[in-house]
Amino acid sequence: MIIHHPILGPRDSAEFTYLGDANLIHRPDWQAEDALAQFTDYGYQRKNPAGVHRELWFHEQGDRSWLVVTRNTVTHEITKVELARDVARAEGRDT
Amino acid sequence: MRYSGLRVIKEALTGHRGWGPAWRDADPKPDYDYVIIGGGGHGLATAYYLAKKYGKSRIAVLEKGWIGGGNVGRNTTIIRSNYLLDGNEPFYELSLQLWENLEQELNYNAMVSQRGILNLFHTDAQRDAFIRRGNAMMLNGADADLMSTERILEKYPFLNVHNARFPIKGGLAQHRGGTVRHDAVAWGYARGADQHGVDIIQNCEVTGFRIEHGKVLGVETSRGYIGAKKVASCVAGSSSRVMEKAGMRLPIESHVLQAFVSEGLKPVLPGVITFGAGHFYCSQSDKGGLVFGGDLDGYNSYAQRGNLPVVEDVCEGGMAIFPMLGRVRLLRMWGGIMDMSMDGSPIIDQTHIEGLYFNGGWCYGGFKATPASGLVYAHLLATDTPHPTATAYRFDRFERGLMIDEKGMGNQPNLH
Repeated sequence: MIIHHPILGPRDSAEFTYLGDANLIHRPDWQAEDALAQFTDYGYQRKNPAGVHRELWFHEQGDRSWLVVTRNTVTHEITKVELARDVARAEGRDT
Repeated sequence: MRYSGLRVIKEALTGHRGWGPAWRDADPKPDYDYVIIGGGGHGLATAYYLAKKYGKSRIAVLEKGWIGGGNVGRNTTIIRSNYLLDGNEPFYELSLQLWENLEQELNYNAMVSQRGILNLFHTDAQRDAFIRRGNAMMLNGADADLMSTERILEKYPFLNVHNARFPIKGGLAQHRGGTVRHDAVAWGYARGADQHGVDIIQNCEVTGFRIEHGKVLGVETSRGYIGAKKVASCVAGSSSRVMEKAGMRLPIESHVLQAFVSEGLKPVLPGVITFGAGHFYCSQSDKGGLVFGGDLDGYNSYAQRGNLPVVEDVCEGGMAIFPMLGRVRLLRMWGGIMDMSMDGSPIIDQTHIEGLYFNGGWCYGGFKATPASGLVYAHLLATDTPHPTATAYRFDRFERGLMIDEKGMGNQPNLH
C-alpha cells in the first residue's frame, strides 16, 4: 500500500506503524462520572467495520508524524490522508 | 455408514458404488432449539458435542457459503498446547487430548500427526522465559522438553544455528504437538454431527437477528426466518460483522494473516519449527509442501489477502535459519482474516442478550483449539455455565482488568 503523506508525498506503508481506529484521538475525561465505562469503551471496544475505516498511522521511519488515513478494509484502497493534528483540532480537541 | 479397512476392501471389490454422501445437505426448518452460526471447524464441533455429549436435538448449523470454507480451510494446521497462563493452558491441553483421540471418536481419518513442535530461543532471557512456560505446561499436565542446540541439530541438522543476529541457543519442544489435515477436521465433525441428527444448512447467510425485550427469538437469513431458542455465533474472522447485526461492538479487530506453501518436496522437515524472533514458522505437509507463515500484516483488513512487505519479511526469516529453502519455489500464498482480540485470547461467553451466545476472538490460534472450543461452547449452550477449562474467556474481563495476555502486549491487537 502507498500512503500519500500530506507533506512528504507517496510513501510505502512499510515505513509506518499502525495504531487503529481514529476515534482514539478523543480520550475520555478521566473526571467524568462514568469514566470507567468510557475508558473501557475507549480502550477495548472497536467498531471494526468491513468497508471504510478512519485509522491512525505513525510515520515511524519518516517524519514521525501521526496521520489519519481513510482506507477501505475490504479493498485496501486509501481515499484520504490527513495530518492527525489537523483532524484533532477540527474535531475540537484543544491539547 | 461406518468407515473401516474391511469396508474399503468390500467397496474396492464392488466398484465403489456403496459410498454415500458423508452428510446431508439439509434445508432449513422453521425453528430449532439451537442455531449455530458458522459452519467452520468450531461451529461443526460445537454441534457435534452438543448432540453427542450433551444429548441435545433440534440443532442447525448455518453456513453462508460451504462448510469448511473459512479459516478452517486457510490455516497452517498446527496443534499444540504450549501456553503459559492459567486461563489458557488447561483449555489448550484439553484440546490436545481431544485431538489425540479425534479419529477414533469421529471414525474419520483426520491425519492427526504428533510430529512435535519446537520453539527456538536465542538469548538467556528467552531461555528463562521458555523454562518458565515449560514448567507451567507440565503443571497443567502437558509435556514440555527443553532441548539443547546439540539435540536440536541431531533432529534438524539443516538449521543454521550460527545466525549473527539470532544464534540458536536451544528450544522448547512439545513432542505431542504436530499437525492435522485441516479440511478433514471440518468434514469429520460435519459427518459426526449429521449422524447425530444435526441439520447442516449451507448457502444460508445470517442477515439479522430478531430480538424482542432483550431476548433473541431467531435469525433472519438469506433462506428465510429461522426461529431458535438459543443462537450461537461462531464466525471468527467475521465476528464484528455478525454481532453488529445484534447491535454489539466487540473487543476485536479483524486482521489479515498470510500463509504460504511451497512446491512438494521429499520429506525434509520432520516436525514443526517456530522461529518467533524472526517471525517465521514452518512444517511440511504429507503432500510434501513446506507450509509456513509469519506475522500479521498489521492493519485492519477483511480482504483475505495481504501485501508484499510481509511476504519479504517471512521469506527473509525463513532463509535466516533454513538456508536450504533458497532454491525452493513458492507454490501458493493466501490470507485469512483473524479475530484479533484485545488481549490475544478468545471469548466464549453469553452476551447481554438472552439466548445469544458468542465464540470468537481466536487471533491466529483457532485451529488447534477446534475440539475444545466445540466442547466447551456446547457445554455453555447446554448448561448455561462455563466449562471448567473456559471460565476465564469472559466478555467482562476487560472491564474488570482480568486480561489473559500471554506476552503482556496490552490492548493492541496487531501485537498479539
